[in-house]
Amino acid sequence: MTLNQKPVAEGLFTWPPDATAPPRLIGSECVACGLISFPAAADCVRCASQESRQRLLSDRGTLWTYTTQNFRPPSPPYDGPDAFEPYAVGYIELPGELLVEARLTEPDPEKLKVGQDMRLTLVPYAVRDDGTEVVTFAFTPMEKEGS
Amino acid sequence: MTEAVIIGAGLHPFGRFPGKPALDMGADAVRLALADAGVTWPQIQGGYIGSYEVANPDAIVGRLGLTGVPLRGVFNGCATAGTAIALAARAIETGEHDLTIAIGLDKHPRGAFAADPSVAGIPSWYGQTGLFLTTHFFGMKINRYMHDHGISHETLARVASKNFRNAAGNDKAWRRTPLTPEEVLASPVLNYPLRQFMYCGPNEGAAALILCRADQAHKYTGKPVRVRSTALRSRRLGAFEVQSPSFPVGEPVASPTVDASLAAYESAGIGPEDVDVAQLQDTDAGSEIIHMAENGLCKDGEQERLIAEGVTEIGGRLPVNTDGGLLGNGEPIGASGLRQIHEIVLQLRGTAGDRQIPGTPRVGYTHLYGAPGASAVTILST
Ligand SMILES: [Zn+2]
Repeated sequence: MTLNQKPVAEGLFTWPPDATAPPRLIGSECVACGLISFPAAADCVRCASQESRQRLLSDRGTLWTYTTQNFRPPSPPYDGPDAFEPYAVGYIELPGELLVEARLTEPDPEKLKVGQDMRLTLVPYAVRDDGTEVVTFAFTPMEKEGS
Repeated sequence: MTEAVIIGAGLHPFGRFPGKPALDMGADAVRLALADAGVTWPQIQGGYIGSYEVANPDAIVGRLGLTGVPLRGVFNGCATAGTAIALAARAIETGEHDLTIAIGLDKHPRGAFAADPSVAGIPSWYGQTGLFLTTHFFGMKINRYMHDHGISHETLARVASKNFRNAAGNDKAWRRTPLTPEEVLASPVLNYPLRQFMYCGPNEGAAALILCRADQAHKYTGKPVRVRSTALRSRRLGAFEVQSPSFPVGEPVASPTVDASLAAYESAGIGPEDVDVAQLQDTDAGSEIIHMAENGLCKDGEQERLIAEGVTEIGGRLPVNTDGGLLGNGEPIGASGLRQIHEIVLQLRGTAGDRQIPGTPRVGYTHLYGAPGASAVTILST
């Protein structure tokens, strides 16, 4: 990641990532009942405890479902570029943790499959007036062994 | 406890009415309902009114008459009308009032809803990065459902085609041009696997229902429609719901539709096998398919065969969305569920005209689902 990039929000994923510390989503774990939440949440929706600790989530999972976004979402709240490129979104099941909604790097629904292995990555999705790229998290299909 | 019955129903057409305020559409619907019931506005003792766009829908008294009537505003997203009818019925059942009204009205601008995520308790990045779209949920839910239960793209198209065909026979519907399944499948994909003609659109309209004590209904009508049960449920932890940045792993948890449906059947003493006609939330063609099973009207996966056989058509064993549903009528949020009940009232009275279902229907069923994971069911009977 270069100097003129910034994350879309603080506390969402580890930043800045480097070769020895690849990006991870920042979740939370309820101290009382163990419920894992993303984004990190102080209040537990299972046991109503208000004590939690940070937990970095798994960067690997499987695709639970997906869809595509073929038209530019209403702005605001969307702040991506005016020149719209369709993208895909899905839920990735992080085993033993939770299912997280994210953009997918593969926009073609024919190339996506329920159950396929996915890996966390970061993608620039918008550019500010001063040239700063805004980065968000996404999941990408994992290359098969040896391919 | 006394029972509430519907003695009057009024519907302002759904569509686009430039220059006509939502309150005026609501007042028209109320006057139609009053005339249908044979009562006057000053006789109404209390009511519930729902709207997304109108800040003070109870201001409708300024159009109808300043009688001092207690008129309470209600809002539960797409389940708003379910709340209005439930409370209007409850006021009668508990003896608070003898004659009540449920009103819904709305006037949405063109295009998808574009709220600030913060009002839904969701962080800004979710909207900024293009995840805050309810249509994503519907695309993802039916995509997974098709994978698990063998539902085809053709079946999605058949549902949309049926609802536009039904709307074509309804002079108060918005989208009255019939479309073949092939034409539906030729429209552009918006959120895979859902296409343009598989989605409903936000629009404008109003509806009203007059309710009274069952033991006084004979004064007004020979064909009262009984409100057998109403149920509203919100989402439980672990259910896959609209606008969720994440949800827990583990055994699948039923949607609030399943919870509301089971509660409504139990309290009505009526089972899904007794339902003669149903109005199910068809935000999109996939939702109608899923909601058939979530409301107990079939098993998961049976829809593929049932829809191919025409079971949900007006002449079929279980007609669904006989007035065109949300696909044909659009969704003015506050009014949508009362439009559903208006249609059931016509069907149970046998006065639905060209779209009247055959035989002598006795039980009608209505269902709403919307953000942030709320569902309302109403069971009605003769
Ligand atoms: Zn907890």
